[in-house]
Amino acid sequence: MTWGLWNNWMLPGIWITIQVTLYSAAIALAVSFTIGTARTSRLWIVRFLSGIYFELFRGASALVLMFWLFFALPIAAGWQLVPMWAGVLALGLTYGAYGSEIVRGALAAVPTAQREAGIALNFTKLQRLVRIELPQAWPEMIPPFNNLAIELLKGTALVSVISVADITFSANLIRFTTTESAPIYSIILVMYFVLAFLITRGMRVLERHAKAGVGKAPERSGGLWSKLSLRRGRSEAAGAITAGGAR
Amino acid sequence: MSTPDNNPADTPSKTPSKTPSNTPGNAPDAARTAVGTATGDTPWATGEEIIRFQDVTKRYGRQVVLDDLCFSVYAGKHVTLIGPSGSGKTTILRLLMTLIKADEGSIRVEGDYLTHEERNGKLVPAGERHIREVRKKIGMVFQQFNLFPNMTVMRNLTEAPVRVLGLSRDEAEQRARELLEMVDLTEMSAKYPSQLSGGQQQRVAIARALAMRPRILLLDEVTSALDPELVAGVLDLLRDIAHHTDITMLTVTHEMNFARDISDCVMMFDHGKILEAATPEKLFNDPEHTRTREFLNAVL
Ligand SMILES: Nc1ncnc2c1ncn2[C@@H]1O[C@H](COP(=O)(O)OP(=O)(O)OP(=O)(O)O)[C@@H](O)[C@H]1O
Ligand SMILES: [Mg+2]
Repeated sequence: MTWGLWNNWMLPGIWITIQVTLYSAAIALAVSFTIGTARTSRLWIVRFLSGIYFELFRGASALVLMFWLFFALPIAAGWQLVPMWAGVLALGLTYGAYGSEIVRGALAAVPTAQREAGIALNFTKLQRLVRIELPQAWPEMIPPFNNLAIELLKGTALVSVISVADITFSANLIRFTTTESAPIYSIILVMYFVLAFLITRGMRVLERHAKAGVGKAPERSGGLWSKLSLRRGRSEAAGAITAGGAR
Repeated sequence: MSTPDNNPADTPSKTPSKTPSNTPGNAPDAARTAVGTATGDTPWATGEEIIRFQDVTKRYGRQVVLDDLCFSVYAGKHVTLIGPSGSGKTTILRLLMTLIKADEGSIRVEGDYLTHEERNGKLVPAGERHIREVRKKIGMVFQQFNLFPNMTVMRNLTEAPVRVLGLSRDEAEQRARELLEMVDLTEMSAKYPSQLSGGQQQRVAIARALAMRPRILLLDEVTSALDPELVAGVLDLLRDIAHHTDITMLTVTHEMNFARDISDCVMMFDHGKILEAATPEKLFNDPEHTRTREFLNAVL
């Protein structure tokens, strides 16, 4: 592989993969929360419709959905999606269906007693959801969301099929021109791994913050942190960590 | 200290007659139902009727938990529910707090139906707005405290006053500070619930309920989950509230000395029915029913 190929294809490919991952993750997150909370609704019609969405998009192949959005929708609707957005949409909608299950499950795991305390204080249903249930469910969602984000990252390779020039597309292109299959696929294997690792690190930081915010200890709480709480902002969170897990 | 400033003009008659002196117009037989199960004098059945259970039945599956229950509670009075485990005491409080629904009968708070409202002269199942209107008169403290773990103590005390009552944050925090002073936890306002002892958490939970200025306070075995050395602090606080405010209290407890101190009326429950209702002196010293005597012997 030459530097020219690397600079012209591989580097932009990485950037495209990151973009597709971020955009589809944003859509998936929005779908997860919308459908996930809708599925806990008291109104049967809301539960029913969101249930249909969940079943449909969980069952749909992201690849086929992407083809449909890219090739079939233009014929039906008369306008064409940019290839990248067909991919982003297909990934976001399907992974959002999986994500809604995470949100629903985490909400269901919030103790009923919390809901009842909210009722006793006369909060509305929406206030209970936003102020009590979601904040408490959020830390529980992060590890499964981490898994899903990595699945999504790997899923972005699908967009190469409709000629979006992501890592996989670039690798294929380079392979055609140089026929060096082994090194190229080894390199992109490592690239996906590195990206996945970065996602996991980011999620860890998020999880630590989220758990400190509900007065719970994360898995590896720093005994050092509480001793070294030089910065004032930290000291409160560190205190919450050391005293956490009391209940 | 902040107290709700409702002031029911109840002058306990020294010689209570079988019919209370001052029953509001629409409840002529409420007193009779309250007195019907009562033994001895009924000094708690005077003044404004604030809670009324009428033929309330609650079932879980085929099990009848509350059986055609009738009783009334009068404004500013302290009524304590005692009875063996499973007799339905918690169920009564949960019905009042609208956490569950009765299968039959009606519950009224200050004359308003809890789960029904009148529309065009017809009784229809109440909408959320009506329920919240009635519910705002009632506060509850739970056995397991149920503080919000994602909020500091200060937030626990101010969130509902701000979001539900519409107080400004400053007002709410001022109110919260007064309450924290009352429950002797001034220095804890920035802590999270998980950093407090059980006794401290329960005192915060009591303060949180009072921050909404309810007319009625429901207390469900609020010291049962506490280590023995922490119980006294919470009970002293409740005694204070009972003696220095005019909040109507409906208490479930196994602390009989506490019940004796604060109650105007003690109701003995068994199998979803009121076995007897009497003043604490009468009920603890000279109960009518052998079942009550056995229960008291077992717990005292
Ligand atoms: N959600 C429920 N599902 C089924 N049965 C229930 C439920 N809640 C309560 N019960 C039953 O109703 C009965 C009364 O329960 P309740 O909690 O009111 O009793 P209690 O008098 O408060 O008892 P304790 O002193 O043990 O707290 C019990 O037999 C209980 O098993
Ligand atoms: Mg109980």
